[in-house]
Amino acid sequence: MILSTLLMALRELRRNTLRSLLTMLGIVIGVGAVIALTNIGEGATARVKADIGKLGDNLLIVRPGAQRRSISFTQAPAFKLADVEAIRREVSGVSQVAPTAGSSQLAVWGNQNRQTTIMGADNAYLEVRGYSVAQGRTFAASELSSGSAACLIGATVQREMFGERDALGQSVRVGKISCTVVGVLASKGESGIGQDQDDMILMPLRTVQRRLLGNSDVSTIFLSARADRSTQSVEQQTEALLRQRRGLQAGQESDFMVRDMQEVAETMSQATGTLTALLGAIAAVSLLVGGIGIMNIMLVNVTERTREIGVRLAIGALASDVLFQFLLEAVVLSAFGGVLGIGLGLGLSWSVTRALGLPFLVKPPILMLAFGFSAMVGVLFGFLPARKAASLNPIEALRHE
Amino acid sequence: MSFAVQDAAVVEFRNLSKVYGSGDAEVRALDGVSMRIERGEFVAIMGASGSGKSTAMNIIGCLDVPTGGEYLFCGVGVGGLDADQRARLRRHYIGFVFQGFNLLAKTSALDNVELPLVYRRIPKQERKERARSALESVGLASRIRHVPSELSGGQQQRVAIARALVTEPSLLLADEPTGNLDSATKREIMQLLLQLNHERGITIAMVTHEPDMAEYAQRIVQFRDGRIQVAEAAE
Repeated sequence: MILSTLLMALRELRRNTLRSLLTMLGIVIGVGAVIALTNIGEGATARVKADIGKLGDNLLIVRPGAQRRSISFTQAPAFKLADVEAIRREVSGVSQVAPTAGSSQLAVWGNQNRQTTIMGADNAYLEVRGYSVAQGRTFAASELSSGSAACLIGATVQREMFGERDALGQSVRVGKISCTVVGVLASKGESGIGQDQDDMILMPLRTVQRRLLGNSDVSTIFLSARADRSTQSVEQQTEALLRQRRGLQAGQESDFMVRDMQEVAETMSQATGTLTALLGAIAAVSLLVGGIGIMNIMLVNVTERTREIGVRLAIGALASDVLFQFLLEAVVLSAFGGVLGIGLGLGLSWSVTRALGLPFLVKPPILMLAFGFSAMVGVLFGFLPARKAASLNPIEALRHE
Repeated sequence: MSFAVQDAAVVEFRNLSKVYGSGDAEVRALDGVSMRIERGEFVAIMGASGSGKSTAMNIIGCLDVPTGGEYLFCGVGVGGLDADQRARLRRHYIGFVFQGFNLLAKTSALDNVELPLVYRRIPKQERKERARSALESVGLASRIRHVPSELSGGQQQRVAIARALVTEPSLLLADEPTGNLDSATKREIMQLLLQLNHERGITIAMVTHEPDMAEYAQRIVQFRDGRIQVAEAAE
């Protein structure tokens, strides 16, 4: 009975293919939007989490300048190596401290030149940020302490300046210094905010400070907390220590900031989550509109087919048979719309995630939920027309022209 | 629902009346009608419009219920049955043929004929077989795949008769079955009904306003102002 009613419903819908498709359109767009948005949202969230994981799990970044706009980055005094030493000495739970200083400079090799980030750092920086050496080696202790002109190049610099050629042992001129490439870093790809993390040249901190910038400033300090310690405690200790060293009074705003990357990660995934929920709500509204469209067409259907309903009742259909038939037609419409919508959503999110380079994540529970929801829309909005059909008086329905 | 009363009349009205409205607006569509249609009979029901013949037909077909008196279908009172019980009764014991054929459009003859069996929850295989043999019995064995728009009026009415017969009903109720047909086809359809009545012993009640169609029946029941005027033998 269910099968033959289903076949009957399909036949009815095929009888007026264009109308059926147009009726479904609301559901198709609604479900498609839900699937596309949640998929893209999932992909973006996963990407942000992965990127921040790439940055380092227990990473803290310390920078001069305030979080508020009142003290600009340039106004705030830079850190000195003594600050770094103090952190190393006094903050408990720190596993690595990596002071850095950098600037954007033109690097030249042969007839190739490239504007890139020159970063002064030591080997701890590689560890804290999760870089690994693909070719060559890291800095030797003597290179670090003497401030010699050795450098490690990022994967982008290798590709753009050297192509397939071996960069090891080559001399790259940066500003007034000519440094020898001792290693090539493995690619880390783009960061969460779309920054190329491989577009840089790394030199010993001392080399950058003395020979490139002509000062002893440390612009950014990267800290990694020990796995068994909370980043929060390290953050608080560091903040307190630096405030004291910079002579800040209680109540005075810090002219530097300590950022916990885990917090950033949570904030970002929270933001994408909120966005997904918001877009999902908009999509739900379009599902509602789609449902009303189905109700509208089913009511028209019932009026148009009054005579047919009369015949069905006369030849022995129960009111419940007629109710079931029209309800099933509405559900077939909306469920089929749901399936088309899922297809549309998957196609859309696939192309968008591909275009944005995000991971394409399909969550079967969401697909099932979308399908169930669209079928439910059919039941909800099909019920009223179906009840109208079932409550027709067979005599009057037969007389209907 | 069991119809054990084998020797009862298929249709029996006992002082049956149907009143619409109340007070001054009261309309007595049927006013104390008593009649019987025996098993195997072919009865024509005639009357001008407003005579009560349509009301009588609706009550015979269990589409409507009387407001007074008693209606026994095969010996069982219909008065107390609710809409669903009457639908079940129609499904099992009454076949309908309408003036406008009332076939489902864009649906093959076979699918149209098997529809009543679908509502009786008959398995698909049996449904197809019975629908096919019903179409054969009305001479449309070669047209089972055709949809109504591909069939002539007479052929459509034959499909409708097959649809009424497929459930092997106790009563075939025809409402102006020839009303939409030309005179040659009218005779063809009447011959078919006559043949079904003679050869298969099917009880037929036919509402018509055409005297020459009523001539085919064994008996004519004439309605006038809600009462039966005369019952005369046609043969």
